[in-house]
Amino acid sequence: MSRTKSPDIKPSEITDESIYRSRRRFLTAASAAAAGLLLSEGRAVGASPRLPLLAAHPGPYSTDERPTSYQDITHYNNFYEFATDKYSPATLAASLVTHPWTVTVDGEVHRPGTYDIDRLVRMYPLEDRVYRFRCVEGWSMVIPWVGFPLNRLIREVRPTGNARYVKFVTVYDPKEMPNQRTDLLHWPYVEGLRLDEAMHPLTILALGLYGRVLPNQNGAPVRLVVPWKYGFKSIKSIVRISFVEKQPLTTWVRAVPSEYGFYSNVNPQDDHTPWSQARERQIGDFLRRPTLLYNGYGDQVAHLYRGMDLNRYF
Amino acid sequence: MDHGPLQHLKRAAFILCLAPMAVLSLDAVRDRLGANPIAAIEHSTGRWALVLLLVTLSVTPLRRLTGWYWLLRFRRLFGLYAFFYTCLHVLAYVVLDEYFDWSAITRDIVRLPFMSVGFASFVLLVPLALTASNSMVRRLGSRRWQALHRLIYPIAIGGVLHYLWLVKLDRTQPELFGAILAVLLGFRVVTALGGVARRALAGRLPAGGVE
Repeated sequence: MSRTKSPDIKPSEITDESIYRSRRRFLTAASAAAAGLLLSEGRAVGASPRLPLLAAHPGPYSTDERPTSYQDITHYNNFYEFATDKYSPATLAASLVTHPWTVTVDGEVHRPGTYDIDRLVRMYPLEDRVYRFRCVEGWSMVIPWVGFPLNRLIREVRPTGNARYVKFVTVYDPKEMPNQRTDLLHWPYVEGLRLDEAMHPLTILALGLYGRVLPNQNGAPVRLVVPWKYGFKSIKSIVRISFVEKQPLTTWVRAVPSEYGFYSNVNPQDDHTPWSQARERQIGDFLRRPTLLYNGYGDQVAHLYRGMDLNRYF
Repeated sequence: MDHGPLQHLKRAAFILCLAPMAVLSLDAVRDRLGANPIAAIEHSTGRWALVLLLVTLSVTPLRRLTGWYWLLRFRRLFGLYAFFYTCLHVLAYVVLDEYFDWSAITRDIVRLPFMSVGFASFVLLVPLALTASNSMVRRLGSRRWQALHRLIYPIAIGGVLHYLWLVKLDRTQPELFGAILAVLLGFRVVTALGGVARRALAGRLPAGGVE
């Protein structure tokens, strides 16, 4: 059951205007593109819009809000391994080699293993999931991800009774990620979820966006997407997923513990950051809109936090 | 009256100070401000306001170190441009970012330290801009005018803190601004202390001593 497709196979279900345009660009520049793909064999194509298509079927939980443009989603990225501004990762991240790539699953599981990215991409049917994405900085997007629910992989590796948290680690390679040579943050980047958060059907491992393989700056080749939490929880370019007993010390909590907490659920009442979380500007909008608790996914996830003081467990 | 070369230099400085706004406007018109143009405008105008504030504050130390008195002729120009970019920054915030949402603006100024200190600096800058002209110097009297314009020190400190407290993690830029400001203010402290010491020394020495 092969689900990965090369560019000559049927496109994915969501075909909005901008992907249509990028596809047209792909076709009209066919020879150049083909040459480019051939030249870069064994190496990801970096910030190029000519990324291979991924076939997927519509998944549940998608919002019907209009997705943010491909251009904006791929040119406004926080990726501190490359730069602290949001514009240069689109070009700088070209240095990241995303193929070959493996993801190691270990810790408190009955079936640990190392998954090649080519295998991971075929393991489960891929789904289109159009999610709201809220950055702690006060901006947001609507992003059509392609991926599969993390709980499918979790069921495969069968956590032991000791597994209470899941820890995710980004690749560490200072040669390809220049800021890893600095002590801006503690590298490699680490994120974590409670096991029930990781099992939640909204939580996905994303391999693509807009029906194509992830651009490097968006966390290629595989990233986490947890739409009810601030964007930094959705860790990029994952190489390790460990099942652990204790709550992992995550990168931003380690860096600024007074401002960032382990949970980091989107919360308009949150007053830990120097700026307010009450409202957000969706990229492309002029007016700010009110931020919703759990980024609007409260119906799905509020039960996970029943009885918890959100101000204490921020 | 200014003589020829100085007049040309002033004109050049006047145009040069407009360049950041010209570049920003051009980028805005050509849709080159990226995915979040409002944030880009706020950051650019804020940064240039701080740069020009520091340039203004460097006139006096430079004049003292070089002995070039004509530098003083540029201080008002730079100061007014610092105010100009501050106004653009505040306008961008009020009109573009908040779209006249006064209750949100008030709430943020009251609640968020980086907003309080930035707002205070802006308010204090207004009387300085209003009293920039020669006639206002005459009306106030040189001593009172100088006392009023010493407000520029807390204003600059507030401006740098506004930036420093807003930053998420990477403090390189606000710390650079802070370091430059520390040098510029430190220079004044040292010269002031030097003056006090000289006067004290002169007072203790018998008449016809050192000087």
